[in-house]
Amino acid sequence: MAVITVTINDELVSGRTGQSLLELVRERGIDLPTLCHLDGLEERGGCRLCMVEVGATNRLAAACVTPAQEGMVIYTHSERLVRYRRMILELLFAERNHVCAVCVMNGRCELQREAYTIGMDHVRYDYLTPDLPMDASHERFVIDHNRCILCTRCVRVCDSVEGAHTWDVMGRGVNCRVITDLHQPWGSSRSCTSCGKCVQVCPTGALHAKGSSVAEMVKHHDFLQWILDGREKKQWATRNGDPVEGGR
Amino acid sequence: MTRTVTIDPVTRIEGHAKITLYLGDDGKVADARFHVVEFRGFEKFCVGRSFWEMPGITARVCGICPVSHILASAKAGDNILGVRVPPRAEKLRRLMNWGQLVQSHALSFFHLSAPDLLLGMDSDPATRNIMGLIQNNPSVARSGIRLRQFGQEVIRLLGGKSVHPAWAVAGGVRDPLTAEDRNQIKRMLPEAFDIAELALDLLKDSYDKFESETPVYGDFPSLFMGLVTPDGGLEHYDGLLRVVDEDGRVLENVNPSDFRRFVGEAVEPWTYLKFPYYKPLGYPQGMYRVGPLARLNVCDFAGTPRADRELRQFRRYGQRGKPVTGSFHYHYARLIEILFSLERIEETLADESLLGTHVRSISDVNESRGIGVSEAPRGTLFHEYEVDGNGILQKVNMIIATGQNNLAMNRTVQQLARAYVNGDGLSEGVLNRIEHGIRLYDPCLSCSTHAVGQMPMHVQLRAPDGALVQEIIRD
Repeated sequence: MAVITVTINDELVSGRTGQSLLELVRERGIDLPTLCHLDGLEERGGCRLCMVEVGATNRLAAACVTPAQEGMVIYTHSERLVRYRRMILELLFAERNHVCAVCVMNGRCELQREAYTIGMDHVRYDYLTPDLPMDASHERFVIDHNRCILCTRCVRVCDSVEGAHTWDVMGRGVNCRVITDLHQPWGSSRSCTSCGKCVQVCPTGALHAKGSSVAEMVKHHDFLQWILDGREKKQWATRNGDPVEGGR
Repeated sequence: MTRTVTIDPVTRIEGHAKITLYLGDDGKVADARFHVVEFRGFEKFCVGRSFWEMPGITARVCGICPVSHILASAKAGDNILGVRVPPRAEKLRRLMNWGQLVQSHALSFFHLSAPDLLLGMDSDPATRNIMGLIQNNPSVARSGIRLRQFGQEVIRLLGGKSVHPAWAVAGGVRDPLTAEDRNQIKRMLPEAFDIAELALDLLKDSYDKFESETPVYGDFPSLFMGLVTPDGGLEHYDGLLRVVDEDGRVLENVNPSDFRRFVGEAVEPWTYLKFPYYKPLGYPQGMYRVGPLARLNVCDFAGTPRADRELRQFRRYGQRGKPVTGSFHYHYARLIEILFSLERIEETLADESLLGTHVRSISDVNESRGIGVSEAPRGTLFHEYEVDGNGILQKVNMIIATGQNNLAMNRTVQQLARAYVNGDGLSEGVLNRIEHGIRLYDPCLSCSTHAVGQMPMHVQLRAPDGALVQEIIRD
């Protein structure tokens, strides 16, 4: 794997070909916000929070889906980028009904954390306050469309990790929704295995365990890496914190 | 010439309200109204949410008494689940409710009403507030703040935070009490008892000052409603719902979920607050009062030694063993309830079964309707939910304590206005007395205390043609 050199925020950095800009930036310890990205899932490049400035061309690129290339010059936190990121977050809050104070993920929500980090103290856009339903027909889980940011982590994990492809997306623009089994109530889905992976990867309170109350929901992402390590590298267990091939 | 006097806003209450006095041609008060000018809409926007979330959502109705909403909501949830809450969880819920009674009553007495009682109804409005009390009587002000802190600490130690703890849930509570936190509450109790006794002394001393005035501070016959234990004792969490008339006759003594049979709700176009009434007597004759005064009137006894001793003294203010009808005595009733709560907290903390980890019963939707009742500091609170098979709310009805006192508050304002306003001009002290009539009920109109004495009051007397007759401005 060839070594490449990239300039990040005026600093020369070594990387490997095939790496995304996001990987390279995070390897340097630079905190680049993301919402649709999750280690272990294929990239979507949809939330646009990880956009960086590339070269002197004034061009913006989503770091998660842009391969690092020799000689690239990028900036991760220019004034323009920070302004855009805040704008994106404000638009996400304005688009649906995000009421952190009474949300099951209050204090652990990724959307809330990014808004805090960037200093979003108010929303400049009119709230759309759409009238969106909750689907609590599943025996163990609930989808609350009011809190969904359409990151599609649920769609991707269900398709590529669980292999069920229960989740999908319908509609366009503000009418876009994640759906189960061609828009049937989740509880009547025949493809859903009730594994709960979608719930665990959801960055907000949109997908949560039934019966959760305010700030009660805790989500874990570790399982994703364990499954993928087992499937792809045949690493099934750890000993003293190090992976053990074949699980022995 | 008819005139209208408006007191807007009413200060030192929780929320936003105004009072209008209508003066007739003879200059005397023809009518008086207490308007609640804010609208919250919880009954509407909670439809479509799940009942599991409701304790957390409805707690946001109020920053002073969130615990009442959490408990009423969790109890409605218990009924939807159809489960029995672990006995330990019930004891912990009761503990939090007593903590809330202490903090809320301390706030009402020391922070909101003591400036009137101790500094005087006619004292300078610029300092007739908690700040003035700190200047003039620092030890009393400090005691009030400490007593409220005690109640808030009980709530915090149980629920993780003192305001809006999302702790009680359908089926029980989220976290048990640790031995360390129990011991901390025990250590704080002696000071709280001392302050409760001090408050009783202060109130009794001020009774002499107000002896001639108390009959006009909302003294009239009415029904009273509140929870009682199955054997008739003072109760704030469960038990039976009792209604008594002005002679003390028990009209109802039933399971609280039967309340719909005899509680109706009327609306008026000039206020956002509904008017609950006792159906068999019709509207508005079915006026009833709730809250500390009503609870002490409906119960046969308190059930703790010190509170029972005070209750016997309190009952002397009733005519020959009949209920106490003067709303001025809400203050006294509130302090007796503080004492009662502290005694109950002490008693409950001595119970070793309080500690332990099983505090939540797990189940799913088993009933389509759930009613939860609790005694909020201001009176009986009802939450009534209807859900579909998945637990999504189809209908939400909340009957708030303050609403149930709405008819009585209007009657009190009328009584005070008729006694003090005679058309010869208005003094600021008179207007303050009318406001105090409202403060007696400690109404909770929203979820904050931002009206602590510093809000301006602007009163105008206008002739029917709009000409300004008199104007009083309090900055």
